[in-house]
Amino acid sequence: MDIFLQFDLPSILLGSLAALACGLLGNFLVLRKQALMGDAISHVVLPGIVLGFLFSHETGSWAMMIGAGVAAIVAVLLIELIRRIGNVEPGAAMGVVFTTMFAAGVVILEQTGTAGVHLDVEHALYGNLESAIWLDAYTLSDLWNLQALATLPESIKQLFVVNVLVIAFVVLFFKELKISSFDPLLSASLGFSPKWLGLALIVMVAIAAVAAFSAVGSILVIAMFICPAATARMLTDSLKMQLIISGIASLSAGLLGYLLAAFGPGMLGYEFSVSAAGMIAVVAGLQQVLAMLFAPHYGVVMRKRKQRAHAAA
Amino acid sequence: MHDRSSSGLHLLHDTSAAHAVMPEDLPFTVQGMTVAYHHKPVLWGVSYSAPKGCLTAIIGPNGAGKSTFLKAALGLIPKLSGETKVFGEPIEKALKRIAYVPQRSAVDWDFPATAIDVVLMGLYGQIGWFRWPSRKHRQKALDCLKSVGMQDFANRQIGQLSGGQQQRVFLARALAQDAEVYLMDEPFAGVDAATEKAIVAVLRQLVADGKTVLVVHHDLETVRDYYSHILLLNGQHVADGPVETTFTPENLQRAYGGRLASTQLDGLSEAAGS
Repeated sequence: MDIFLQFDLPSILLGSLAALACGLLGNFLVLRKQALMGDAISHVVLPGIVLGFLFSHETGSWAMMIGAGVAAIVAVLLIELIRRIGNVEPGAAMGVVFTTMFAAGVVILEQTGTAGVHLDVEHALYGNLESAIWLDAYTLSDLWNLQALATLPESIKQLFVVNVLVIAFVVLFFKELKISSFDPLLSASLGFSPKWLGLALIVMVAIAAVAAFSAVGSILVIAMFICPAATARMLTDSLKMQLIISGIASLSAGLLGYLLAAFGPGMLGYEFSVSAAGMIAVVAGLQQVLAMLFAPHYGVVMRKRKQRAHAAA
Repeated sequence: MHDRSSSGLHLLHDTSAAHAVMPEDLPFTVQGMTVAYHHKPVLWGVSYSAPKGCLTAIIGPNGAGKSTFLKAALGLIPKLSGETKVFGEPIEKALKRIAYVPQRSAVDWDFPATAIDVVLMGLYGQIGWFRWPSRKHRQKALDCLKSVGMQDFANRQIGQLSGGQQQRVFLARALAQDAEVYLMDEPFAGVDAATEKAIVAVLRQLVADGKTVLVVHHDLETVRDYYSHILLLNGQHVADGPVETTFTPENLQRAYGGRLASTQLDGLSEAAGS
């Protein structure tokens, strides 16, 4: 039991919380046809992260998070500026800003000698889920022992706070995010500025991306922004239900992905385990495939069956 | 709500000019509006004031800037010059007194929302920040759906409605906004006969309730039947006024130029004579 609590549980928490924060926000990115914004943002925030690190001298700090948020705002403003002054289409403006800011981040990283500190490529791509450990946990009762909980890895506490922020954001602004995603013109005329709401969403995405980044890696962050939302969309026509289902899909992908990675190969008789972050993304992808095939209204199987019933009638 | 007692006082002092119109009596006034897309002018110095409590058609040839006129007047797209006043107030301060019905193509109908969800959005302004719609709001939304004959489709996902039904949902949403001025961009475009009838009935009801309604309209054949006033545009202001005096072959010729066949013009003026 204590091995599970000390080594498996922290990784499960880290993966699931990272998935949940990204999965919930992903609903609005997908609806606004900005699905790849999560990807773009995870690049744009690099200079912010590095400057935050230089300021605080520790990885995973709140200074890095704030740096990321500021970098995201700067990026959105720069895109607007280039779009207006340069008279180019939004996609091109994004491309220019994202690559430039990412490159600036790399330059700062190299020049300040911070390159060796943990922010290396492998971790950036695949994350570092298995490194989360909780050595002070011995029995199940430690799960509600505040003293023991206080010794949880910083990254888990941080993701927990980020999830509280994300859930508060989507619940408090549910109606506003919905109307500004569906009909920006009406939204503006009723006094809910789609510009400000869009900016708030991007800042939340940046914060979630950075928090999830060190756990599941940047590629998998993108999977978590898109897959749970797309899966949930197949299963319901209500935005509220979509948010709930995507939350469940995110958490279960986190849990199942880790368990399959840690114990799956063992059950098949192999001596190794596979990357948990990778497995989480695979599970999220599988959920999507299953939803596409078997969803009650939009699934391929049901639609085929309906067509056949139609033809027979 | 504007202060009735003060406008009453104005009228008392103004007995000498009994016909003078107070700015707060003008529901929708556009002054010198010029709009250009990529340096190409679409509207040139258009000035217009909508008659209060009337049903007005905005007509003109393709590319005359009819939709642009509404969008620019509302401040939804940038304009080079011009200002819009709503009951004497700058439009930015009076957005809640206006309901705008965009063209159907303006939104993504695959959005996870039902018909009643969309109508509820019309009430978001009254509900205010952070709050969720209550049972009372849902009832009001349902009443609005009922008045366009769509109550049976309240829980249908909007993408599964026909074009005409979608248009009626948009109309119900505008009704929910409970505005004083209604601006509609081609509500009759590509709808079925039943929807056309339902929309006309709603427009008449709005006018009967004292609302001011402006509709971008395409079908010249029905202008006489549906509207009391028209605004003719062709990039510039051509004419506006009551249908009887303004919807004339001469004015139409000026607005449409050679684009309207003379036989068509004859048909329309015959309708005028009958």
